[in-house]
Amino acid sequence: MFEFYTPDFLPILPQVILIATALAILIEGAFTESAGPALIRRFCMGALLAILISALLSLIAFGLGKQVTTFNGMLVQDAYTLFCQMIVLIGSAAALAIGLPGLENQKLNRFEYPALILLATTGMMFMVAANDLISLFIGLELQGLALYVIVALQRDNLATSEAALKYFVLGALATGMYLYGASFVYGYTGSTNFDSINAVFRYGVEGPISLGSMIGLVFILASLAFKLSAVPFHMWTPDVYQGSPTAVTAFLAAAPKIAAAALTIRLLYLPFGFLVDYWQQIIIFISLASMVLGAFAALRQTDLKRLLAYSSISHMGYALLGIASGGAIGVQGALTYITLYMFMTVGTFAVILALRGRGERCVKDIEDLQGISQIHPKMSMMLAIFMFSLAGIPPMAGFFGKLYVFMAAIDAQLYTLAIVGVLSSVVAAFYYLRIIRTMYFETRPETVQATYGDTMVLTTEASFVLVLSVTVTLLFFVYPSLLLNMTQMAVNSLFN
Amino acid sequence: MIITLEHYLTVAALLFVLGIIGIFLNRRNVIVILMSIELMLLAVNINLVAFSQALNDLVGQVFSLFVLTVAAAEAAIGLAILVTYYRNRGDIYVDEINMMRG
Repeated sequence: MFEFYTPDFLPILPQVILIATALAILIEGAFTESAGPALIRRFCMGALLAILISALLSLIAFGLGKQVTTFNGMLVQDAYTLFCQMIVLIGSAAALAIGLPGLENQKLNRFEYPALILLATTGMMFMVAANDLISLFIGLELQGLALYVIVALQRDNLATSEAALKYFVLGALATGMYLYGASFVYGYTGSTNFDSINAVFRYGVEGPISLGSMIGLVFILASLAFKLSAVPFHMWTPDVYQGSPTAVTAFLAAAPKIAAAALTIRLLYLPFGFLVDYWQQIIIFISLASMVLGAFAALRQTDLKRLLAYSSISHMGYALLGIASGGAIGVQGALTYITLYMFMTVGTFAVILALRGRGERCVKDIEDLQGISQIHPKMSMMLAIFMFSLAGIPPMAGFFGKLYVFMAAIDAQLYTLAIVGVLSSVVAAFYYLRIIRTMYFETRPETVQATYGDTMVLTTEASFVLVLSVTVTLLFFVYPSLLLNMTQMAVNSLFN
Repeated sequence: MIITLEHYLTVAALLFVLGIIGIFLNRRNVIVILMSIELMLLAVNINLVAFSQALNDLVGQVFSLFVLTVAAAEAAIGLAILVTYYRNRGDIYVDEINMMRG
């Protein structure tokens, strides 16, 4: 007689809510004769509400602070999972909220958009909750497949479909590499469960690890570098950022990066925690290359989104610096860094999406910002705050993020890495300050004036996001322990 | 001749490398890239099933079923993106996919 095993669904309630909402949106959208902007706006609001409820549930569970595994050890819910889920959910909600006016303007009026955002977010939540190579794969793919479609959603634009094609091909390559690596790890450790893999490496740590697991580790790291857009696998990032509609770029910059970084931390410290000596060199190299390339390649960019793409590459390099330090302090630094980075990047995109011209065109090139401080003093002030913060100038949040990871790197005696990090952030400061100079110290040419950035579309939701991210960026130093205590709890649950 | 685990792993490695070469050295058309991706995923399946047999553990075969399912979804999405690209552009030559640079 079979005994049926019923898994515990309570720990994945936040994900269930998102999936149910996505399906409801898809069904209602499919049965509505003409899905107009009003309906899509309602769908977006529903999606936003679902994400916020889900974030609230994660927060409650975070407060309870229990560690639960479910689905036969496939998924784990601990403080680390819940913290990362909250950050991902806040990022998605913010990107959805600021994208609303952009959606109407860029002819992205499809009811699938909120549903796809929800599915991608669910995928990210499964990624950070995964405790098994199989469930990790499912999470990665749920996220990846939804993101390919979101990027390709504007079907009549050549640049967009080209970006989607590049993203898809390189994403599929990364998936292939992840799977190849996972198959080796499975073959040479005999399990796909993170705890079992960890146990194998713990008790076999005396001798050198088998070549097979080493190959597996390297392949998995390569695919993670792709998801993080860290240097040897960063090629897709600028093209996808530039080609996608700005609302979509905002989402890509906010949520998936956070999920990928969170996932990298869990993977490196949980199943491969005893192989620090083996992966540390690789992470150091990736981090170094990302910081330097991100800083120098952005110098000659004229397209604003392309510049932000290179900036995100270098910021991922800083987050990896914390991970490379190989200890609880480094991980806490990296976690704090990506959280603050999420707020800064969401704020930046909120400003970019709000400024637009009569031709319904968003601000595209850096030149479009010339002298914009005279027309929109408040918006340019906020953009300046985000730029200062991204450049790491005190007392903005970005400075403290960098401080934590550099301190961790020095603690771990990675002096060269820390010095290169500081130097490349000096180089990077140049292009952030260039944007500020363009806004404040350049006069607005007559021809530009008529077209770009003249009008401003700022919905209530977008201004709420803007106020929130400005507050976090500007006033983080007043009460840093709020965030630091949370990341501390998350890291403790990872290292217990 | 007895076929051992190593033989399977060698075949899978060859197929996987062929897939990667197909993606990077292909200058003709995007359909070949989609085929190469499938080839990579199938190589992974050979690996998983061979390990599963060698370890006498069913998890590897379950994993390979998941891989097959997701590969089908991925191929569907890839072809859909390719169709939108073709409609905008009129051809699918790999050499021509270079609108954005820098």
